[in-house]
Amino acid sequence: MEKVILGNHAVSYGALVSRVQTIAAYPITPQTLIVERLSEMVADGDLDAIFTKVESEHSALASTIGSSSVGARAFTATSSQGLALMHEMIHWAAGARLPIVLANVNRAMAPGWNIWTDQNDSLSCRDTGWMQVYCQNNQEVLDSIIMGYKVSEQVLLPTMVSLDAFVLSHTAENVDIPDIKLVDKYLPPYKLKIKMDVDDPHSFGALSSPENYMEFRYKMQEAMYKAEDIIIKEGKEFERIFGRKYGMVEEYRTEGAEIILVVSATIASTARASIDSLRAKGIKIGLLRIRVFRPFPVKDVARVLLNKKKAIVIDRNISYGKSGIFFDEIKGAFYNIEGEKPKIFGYIAGLGGRDVTPEAIFDMVNDAMRKDKPEKDIIWSGVKL
Amino acid sequence: MVGGETMSKLTIPQEEIMSSGHLGCQGCGGTLAMRYMLKVFGRKTMLAVPACCWSVIDGPWPYSTVSVPLFHTAFETAAIAASGIKSGLDALGGKEDINVIAWAGDGGTFDIGIQAISGAAERNDNILYVVYDNEAYMNTGIQRSSATPWGSWTTTTPVNSPKNRPKKDLVEILAAHRVPYAATASIAYPEDLVKKFEKAKNTEGFKLIHVFAPCPTGWKMPPDLTVKVARLAVQTRIFPVYEVENGVTYKLNFNPKKFVPVDEYLKLQGRFRHLKEDGYKFIQKNVEYEWELLKKKVETFK
Amino acid sequence: MKHDKKKVEIKCASNMPDMTASLGSMASNKTASWRNLRPEIDESKCIKCFICWKFCPDAAIDFINENTPPKINYDYCKGCGICATECPTKCIEMVEE
Repeated sequence: MEKVILGNHAVSYGALVSRVQTIAAYPITPQTLIVERLSEMVADGDLDAIFTKVESEHSALASTIGSSSVGARAFTATSSQGLALMHEMIHWAAGARLPIVLANVNRAMAPGWNIWTDQNDSLSCRDTGWMQVYCQNNQEVLDSIIMGYKVSEQVLLPTMVSLDAFVLSHTAENVDIPDIKLVDKYLPPYKLKIKMDVDDPHSFGALSSPENYMEFRYKMQEAMYKAEDIIIKEGKEFERIFGRKYGMVEEYRTEGAEIILVVSATIASTARASIDSLRAKGIKIGLLRIRVFRPFPVKDVARVLLNKKKAIVIDRNISYGKSGIFFDEIKGAFYNIEGEKPKIFGYIAGLGGRDVTPEAIFDMVNDAMRKDKPEKDIIWSGVKL
Repeated sequence: MVGGETMSKLTIPQEEIMSSGHLGCQGCGGTLAMRYMLKVFGRKTMLAVPACCWSVIDGPWPYSTVSVPLFHTAFETAAIAASGIKSGLDALGGKEDINVIAWAGDGGTFDIGIQAISGAAERNDNILYVVYDNEAYMNTGIQRSSATPWGSWTTTTPVNSPKNRPKKDLVEILAAHRVPYAATASIAYPEDLVKKFEKAKNTEGFKLIHVFAPCPTGWKMPPDLTVKVARLAVQTRIFPVYEVENGVTYKLNFNPKKFVPVDEYLKLQGRFRHLKEDGYKFIQKNVEYEWELLKKKVETFK
Repeated sequence: MKHDKKKVEIKCASNMPDMTASLGSMASNKTASWRNLRPEIDESKCIKCFICWKFCPDAAIDFINENTPPKINYDYCKGCGICATECPTKCIEMVEE
């Protein structure tokens, strides 16, 4: 069914058609519309789930973990401060190997209070063992929730689906809400093999000494390796059933390109138009959108960027003391791989929701084209000096 | 009857659900509490256990003591992890007969866990919360908690600066939330404790039982005194044993005609050894004061 | 209820469960070595009240039947002495190991 809906409501519908069984969430701007719509869906009987109105985000994820541990399909949603507050449990969910899906509205971290978009909140979780997806439109948001459960329930690691504050969360777009019976064909009921079960009692998460902790963590990484193949496989299956294509990355006009602009989330939508303009001027430039950030798409990044002249990475985030995070991870991904490495330029733009306009993108691209190589790891875009 | 038959001579159910071989100290009050709880609730029970002595007592991976599903969870999350387990079971359906119990020490209850308890109590989540109170952060080496009584030595309230605040009144906090059932109990009176577990088992909504569970290691006393000291705590009225229904109806379970002076209780424990006569008097006065207050509450909605 | 006393054999990552799920019982951990003193029940004085059985934190006193004195399980008894202290007839003596 085609509907014009906000990104936040795309999350709600994604959870609805995924037949989530428990929701535990705490309100925070700009996520509130997600849980408000879900409350209505539950109250109206459209969604057969138990909604716990918890008293904090830390409890939201702890409750979700408890529900998932007994074999219920569990969902939660949050943003920035809330995601930071539940950070302890973010580690716990991944370490407990629970297939939870969390929708995070990418919002800047305080202080000062800032409700607009940047990615530091979710990227602060990059080391925790969660798979991470960054969405460029509301359709992808809805679809990624469904695929999130499909992949997580095989890999046994949780998935964080991120959408930009206001640019997606509060922007209405055309979205095809798939028929729930079609989703049932793609996403079967959740069956956890070892779980909290009175007929097969185990303890979970007991003291794990230096003698065995590393092996559990090794297994988490093994799951991440497996995850890449499963994400690709399930993306293809999703395309087969629903007609929409998703992978680890997305390329636009990269054939014959000498320069690749690397972006994520909604900057990609703006950038596509910029690529068209630049191509029209004869500049051999293409776009690489990083969709899945964990597991990091090393193979795709190497494939697209090796033997190119330049890569221009736009980060809507920063790791203080180092550089933009996508820039940093891309550079690192290459190091041991054979092939001509491009000159890689790292721009930081759009922090705290500052608009990344087509003009800003042109400025960044022109700046990189003018230089032989980057003189610094961080080039600030549009900062009033 | 779940949990095993009660033989006519045994005053509590016979079957042992908790195995021996656990890592509790000699004379551990907290393990007695668990042993009794599992006898009442049986195998159709799921536990959420935050950081506390029982995180270690149950045994390191790959072993467990309790023979029921046990989810180890983060320190402050006992109440909400249990709530999440319960909502997961409710969502799956057909599992209404499974008891979900948050099992925590005083640290994870009175201090860092109080928010989650307040939330679960206010929502009236259908779980039982049991705190085995050994009156300090024993698992991490005897640091003070808000359940530590006035005057006690702990590693963070050394003898020249002992705890100078009263013990936080947990059951009062729960009564203020108007939960269906909140009660105190002592491992020295297992029949009363078992009755309270039974009552909780048959009550819908949020229940909390605050179990007095002495710790020989932390209280600096010989391990054979655990039960005697728990009994004296009740007989001196230092730890009154009572129940509150719906936050307003109070019932005293132990109201003997004569009370033992607090000296008998305090002198057995090394953690009170530094107390002088004025300390003893202060404690005795406060015990009597609090007792009068409690009696008034009992009278209010008799 | 019988608790499994078997030790768990774990050699490497490939035979560990994905999640930190327990695989055996702590009944495999015989805590006898913890004690310095062992309780000995003088069965002639035992009135079979089972108070000792009731108060053992380690469930290390076995109830046989109503007419038989309980038996200390020396595989697990940690020698805390609660049974001796609580016994109403003082028929339990704590003896040096």
